[in-house]
Amino acid sequence: MDNTLPIEFTVNGRRQAIRVAPHHTLLDVLRDDLGLTGTKECCLVGECGACTVMVDGRIVDSCLMLAVEADGAEIKTVEGLAEGAKLTPLQQAFLDKGAVQCGFCTPGQLMAAHALLAENPHPDIGEIQEGLAGNLCRCGCYYQITEAILAAAEEGVR
Amino acid sequence: MSTSFIGTSPNRVGGIDRVNGLQEYVADIRLPNVLEAKLVTVDCARARIISIDASAAMQVPGVCLVMTAADLPQPMPRFGPQNEDRPVIAVGETKFHGDPVAIVAAETKDAAAEGARLVRVEYEELPPVFTVAAALDPAAPLVQDPSLRGNDPLASTNVLHEHRVGWGDVDAAHADLVVENSYSFPMVTHFAIEPHAFMAAPDGDGIAIWSSIQHPNWLQKIMAKLLGLPLAKVRVFAPDPGGGFGGKQHTKYEPLVAFAALKTGRPVRLILTLDETFQAVRRASCEILVRTGLNTDGKIVFQDIKADYLIGAYTDIADRVVGKGSYPGAGPYNVPAVRILARSILSHTVPSTAFRGFGNPQINWAVESNLDEGARALGMDRLEIRLRNLARKGDAFIPFDTPADGHWDQAVRRAAELIGWGKPLAPGRGRGIAVGIKSGPTTGLSQSTVRLLADGSVVVFAGTSDMGQGARTVLAQIAAEELGAPLGSVTVVMGDTAVVPYDQQTSASRSTVLMGNSVLAACRSVQAQIRTMAARLHGVDESQISVDRGVVRMPGRNLTILEILKPGLGRLGGEVIGNGEGRKEAEPGHPLGGAPAFFEFNCTAVEAEVDTETGDTTIVKHVTVSDVGKAINPLQVRMQDEGAAIQGLGHTLMEHYIFDEKGRIRNLGAIDYRIPTSMDLPLEIHSETIENADGPGPYGAKGMSEGALLCVAAAVAGAVREATGVFIRDLPLTPERVWRALNERDGR
Repeated sequence: MDNTLPIEFTVNGRRQAIRVAPHHTLLDVLRDDLGLTGTKECCLVGECGACTVMVDGRIVDSCLMLAVEADGAEIKTVEGLAEGAKLTPLQQAFLDKGAVQCGFCTPGQLMAAHALLAENPHPDIGEIQEGLAGNLCRCGCYYQITEAILAAAEEGVR
Repeated sequence: MSTSFIGTSPNRVGGIDRVNGLQEYVADIRLPNVLEAKLVTVDCARARIISIDASAAMQVPGVCLVMTAADLPQPMPRFGPQNEDRPVIAVGETKFHGDPVAIVAAETKDAAAEGARLVRVEYEELPPVFTVAAALDPAAPLVQDPSLRGNDPLASTNVLHEHRVGWGDVDAAHADLVVENSYSFPMVTHFAIEPHAFMAAPDGDGIAIWSSIQHPNWLQKIMAKLLGLPLAKVRVFAPDPGGGFGGKQHTKYEPLVAFAALKTGRPVRLILTLDETFQAVRRASCEILVRTGLNTDGKIVFQDIKADYLIGAYTDIADRVVGKGSYPGAGPYNVPAVRILARSILSHTVPSTAFRGFGNPQINWAVESNLDEGARALGMDRLEIRLRNLARKGDAFIPFDTPADGHWDQAVRRAAELIGWGKPLAPGRGRGIAVGIKSGPTTGLSQSTVRLLADGSVVVFAGTSDMGQGARTVLAQIAAEELGAPLGSVTVVMGDTAVVPYDQQTSASRSTVLMGNSVLAACRSVQAQIRTMAARLHGVDESQISVDRGVVRMPGRNLTILEILKPGLGRLGGEVIGNGEGRKEAEPGHPLGGAPAFFEFNCTAVEAEVDTETGDTTIVKHVTVSDVGKAINPLQVRMQDEGAAIQGLGHTLMEHYIFDEKGRIRNLGAIDYRIPTSMDLPLEIHSETIENADGPGPYGAKGMSEGALLCVAAAVAGAVREATGVFIRDLPLTPERVWRALNERDGR
């Protein structure tokens, strides 16, 4: 019995029309149906932030959103940040400042940071720490992540 | 030519894939025809399995296999890095909350989950032991069947092993003051953001295994033995783990998944949930009784330490953790009389395993805190008492062990300076300072191959796992340095036992030293071949040529390696191949099997502020200074030290397993078990290194990455004590615990 539902959405600029199981999350669909494995799965309860993506410009824990709720939405994942081989200033700053260790939380951190900078192009340290409080990093790169976001914000000015 | 790469911080090798979402972790690899697996567990700490009925589960469309103990070879194969006591799947009795009784493999995750839900397990709940006291009760049920423990005289108890180390005569020692206290350290979990992932697939007449494992070669050895296969028929793929911290060192569910793959003839993968990782790995909790003898001048006369580590139901590497972690338990001090008894105590809890610090943070918490209490009783400064007793370089502070291998006082003085030790404090604030030491690898073998290709670019084959610590970058820096290659033209291949030479393990902060020396040796072999080429090409005797750090030095001129390589290889091209080894030989007479190749030494100092209304502790300033010999990549060293410090703040301030009365873990997962977030950080952090190039690794490097975690708890508790006047001897220092202690102080 096929109980899937049709949805259409745009993922990283590409229109997708697919059928999804009604109980599958956006995270399930991105990873398993679309093969976009850059978005990571960890806590499944919206606490760790590893699955953070942008939905219509706002960050969402994709483990908490049903895929059917994304019908008609515009989704951006970590794979959609760079333009071809060209990294965004934020991605580059993550590398330059040492904000990446094991890398597993990095996609979520980047998405949260992009959303923060879109909303507040010149955040201070407190705003960055609050803005990314929902993104856990067990390697403990928090200071470097903050430095990277500050550097990228600076870059945006120049 | 200057040293262009050593001591610099180029961007992480492999970093671009990590910021593009293209880095492949095990869960990101999807083999065609793969089956998804789910574990079946029972909801109690210990149970007798009466029957398992898979019929309903097998009716679920897509379910291909429900495998239980009955479907595995008999007697049940067992494995483990220390003792072969862990069954592939629970047989007869479950031993901890989360011990699987069956595995379901299905075409989809949904079907596997539904199948697992429908496996009907009839069981009788049995009384568990999940505290030290309960496990040691003479009437306690035995966690392990004595028949598994051979001739062990302790086999009829829950004490797996007693580790004794000591020197001098504690009982005869005269001390002006004896300070005796009990301390406890909680059960905490690694919480790698990548949950453990396992996959296995039949591979011709052998098997291929993918695992987020730190020790692929050790896994290969265990799998070969379990399956009766030659090593060459077990191929382990070990993509970079998404954080390890020790929790991914040893074999867990790879054997179960491999048997499922062989049974179905298809690839099978098992991706744990975060909650399931809590039931797969943890740090041993510990109860420590310390008696410290002191003279009025602050000299430590003796340390008498009993540490009961509560390990799990199966040994894993936990008993080694207890033995190695307690060995330097008296700290980096010259103490004339020491007696340490550390016990590994079995319990019906998740098997504890290696975790950053490897048994040292528990005992350090107690011994360093007790020294603070002694200093206060003597009216002595806490910094001064440490400096007065600290081992100086070359001191045999642990008899018959590696002598003190650094100018450790430099780290202590620098940390004190950075925290502003002795300066006036704002009201409600206090400072703490503590030191930590950990033995590096006591044995080890890391082999590597370096290929210098025809255009001067380099491929390094090294079996170290890069789980975030940055080994790939450091190894690339060494190869680039020695072979005169741009860093961007060095590729480091890891994580495939069929391709990459043997590496014993990625643990004990060894890789920069042992694999670093191995890659350096492989580069030396390449350099020797270049020297032979240069002699041939230029008609100069080899003895007059040297090749080092990318430069070929001949009488009258220097050339680059590339300038020799191209004509040296000639028209057919090809490449130059070097092999290398880094060894730490065993010393059979040593209680640990060998003296450590180096020590990790750290001094941590903090300034804390305690909110007396809520009991909440804020770290105003955190200083961590490690003796690293030489920082090959200073930014990565800083990242490791700060990461370790933050991880240490986790077990110090917030992390602990909570059990119900039945021994079930009540705070599984990210909502109820908190780790530090960006909102829990010290307001300021300063991490510095002491570098005297006095380590055994390349360019004088020592291993590092665990040191900055070792003594965080004692430093913070010392600050809380100074801020509030209360000593708290049980971790974590949660707001509730601090608040209660404050109320008790005030008689509220």
